[in-house]
Amino acid sequence: MALLDVDDLSVTFARRGQRTVHAVDGVSFSVDAGEVVGLVGESGCGKSVTSLAIMGLLPKQPGTRVGGKAVFDGTDLLQLDDRSRRDIRGRDVAMIFQDPLSSLNPVIPIGLQVTEVLARHRGMKGAAAEKEAAALLDRVGIPDPTRRLKEYPHQLSGGMRQRALIAMAVACRPRLLIADEPTTALDVTIQAQILELLKELVRDSGTALVMITHDLGVVAGMCDTINVLYAGRVVETARRRPLFREPRHPYTVGLLGSVPRLDAGRGERLTPIPGSVRDVLPWPDGCAFAPRCSRRVDACVGEPPALVLAHDGRSYRCVNPAPLPGMTPAEEIRGAVPTDATPGSVPAQAVPNDPPAVPGLGPAPREEDARD
Amino acid sequence: MTITAGKKKEKLDRLAELAGRDDERGVSLWKEAFRRLRRNPAAIIGAVILAIFVLVALIGPFLVPYSPTDTIGIREGLIRPGTIPGADGDHWLGYDHQGRDEFSRLIVGARQTLLVGVVSTLIGLAVGAVIGGVAGAAAGLGGRWGRAIDNALMRVIDMMLALPSLLLAVSIAALLGASLTTVMIAVGVVSVPVFARLLRGSMISQANSDYVLAATSLGVKKPKIALSHVVPNSLAPVIVQATLTLATAIIEAAALSFLGLGNPDTAVPEWGVMLADAQQYLGIRPGLAIYPAVAIIITALGFTLLGEAMREALDPKLRK
Repeated sequence: MALLDVDDLSVTFARRGQRTVHAVDGVSFSVDAGEVVGLVGESGCGKSVTSLAIMGLLPKQPGTRVGGKAVFDGTDLLQLDDRSRRDIRGRDVAMIFQDPLSSLNPVIPIGLQVTEVLARHRGMKGAAAEKEAAALLDRVGIPDPTRRLKEYPHQLSGGMRQRALIAMAVACRPRLLIADEPTTALDVTIQAQILELLKELVRDSGTALVMITHDLGVVAGMCDTINVLYAGRVVETARRRPLFREPRHPYTVGLLGSVPRLDAGRGERLTPIPGSVRDVLPWPDGCAFAPRCSRRVDACVGEPPALVLAHDGRSYRCVNPAPLPGMTPAEEIRGAVPTDATPGSVPAQAVPNDPPAVPGLGPAPREEDARD
Repeated sequence: MTITAGKKKEKLDRLAELAGRDDERGVSLWKEAFRRLRRNPAAIIGAVILAIFVLVALIGPFLVPYSPTDTIGIREGLIRPGTIPGADGDHWLGYDHQGRDEFSRLIVGARQTLLVGVVSTLIGLAVGAVIGGVAGAAAGLGGRWGRAIDNALMRVIDMMLALPSLLLAVSIAALLGASLTTVMIAVGVVSVPVFARLLRGSMISQANSDYVLAATSLGVKKPKIALSHVVPNSLAPVIVQATLTLATAIIEAAALSFLGLGNPDTAVPEWGVMLADAQQYLGIRPGLAIYPAVAIIITALGFTLLGEAMREALDPKLRK
């Protein structure tokens, strides 16, 4: 059983007089201890809302509904009462936010903000807490930590601030860390350092990490398993290497095509995805990506595409996926089995041209679509 | 030209400061604001005016040449119907209608003005901050019950805001009977809704900030978040408002005295009373009205200049 099992998570925002927004629509994924799982997608695809829902941080407003399950170590985080949820937050599950400056309280020193967490969950006070806070800052690579403890957020550089936030998040050695675009507000060199730090933390402590990002470069360097989100649904799930080598869902193909590559020929142009994320078809009416899709066929519209479980534990939600290199369409059909046919079973690797399995693969991340 | 030179100077100063700092503590928001305040000429002028005002209020009564209640003019037969003598060598601003030394009365009156201004502002600040703080915390963090508490408190505040402030002050003063305490309470109550609304609004906007979300995500409890995260970040506009309120409090206290609802103890000179008394003699000696009026204006100006400068210094948008 995975450490975190998100099953059919859905978040809807309803407002009187306005159409109900399905921000997250039946998202399922799972995270094992020590694993880095990526949630990738462009703005508005529901990746941040997913993380806030798991943490129970969505603003409590009438009209906001969270459905499904997010089972962390046997307890459903979505069913917890406020009190036990607060106890779990910061101790077992912690989160790192996008903008380190606004996520730190500007009027109190860094040290107080770190010791606050230590006091809350580990009952540390006074000199002991301060010593531990300094050790934490040291661990996340902040030089001269005892001095930094007395400084205010605006005195730290962007990278330092993010390190301080990470220190606060890992203060109680949480088993699950959710990082919501942790490097978006930072410049590229700092970005690399922060990612390196996160990798180290995961490696050293066996913490599971959910990495939310729109940056495929980050994903390529960090994640073991990647879930690509579009319009609130997971459209493709795969281990890192297969995803980058042969993306199946046209949206993933599009994302990869719009990233500049060093090995591309000179003068070669990027191929952007046409349209914007607002041009969605509501899922019940077909594939949300269809209006922007270059591989659109008639079957895309009418009913939502079912999730297809492919070989290698991959899955994608597309009726006309990008072909695997060197594979005829007929072979492909044999390789891919719709979920409805054999739920829960990974088909045997019968296809001859199958790419070799990446060594050290864990249990295949599986996804079932309960709606269809 | 001068702007770039000033900027350059500021940069150099900052570098020097950084180099010279022996780094015991960080630079807090307040220290930073104070540093910027020192560079603002308006703030300096305001601070100087206020320093003089406070100094006069504190030690002036011991230095005045004449007793403010001594009716010298009548004793010496200078006051006759239709004449009030103006300035002479010993009496720099002349006599008032009862033959008392106008200058001494003006100086001694500063104390009363300062007292009323500060105490009434503190009353308004304390009550307003408590109401606003509770409402803000309840609305920002408290869920459905919180919103109910906030609603109830804010409707009371709205009712207070709906009444014109002077009318409210006059009603309170009339209800409680004229006394110095009444003036302070009346003027203080008038500023309660302003402080309450300000702190509440500020807290609600802070409750939606990223650092509150971050603290929540770390399991920090709500009361702790309210007290150690939201309130400290919400205080800046309230403090600015307090400085500005001091100015209006002084004017309002003067207005109450002018209307005869001030301190009934006429032995203590007060600028508003002096103004009220002077209106009968405007035709003969307009100076008697002008002096206290100018004193009120200058003091209010001092508080306003400093308050506005503080607003700028504490505004994070203007910070660099």
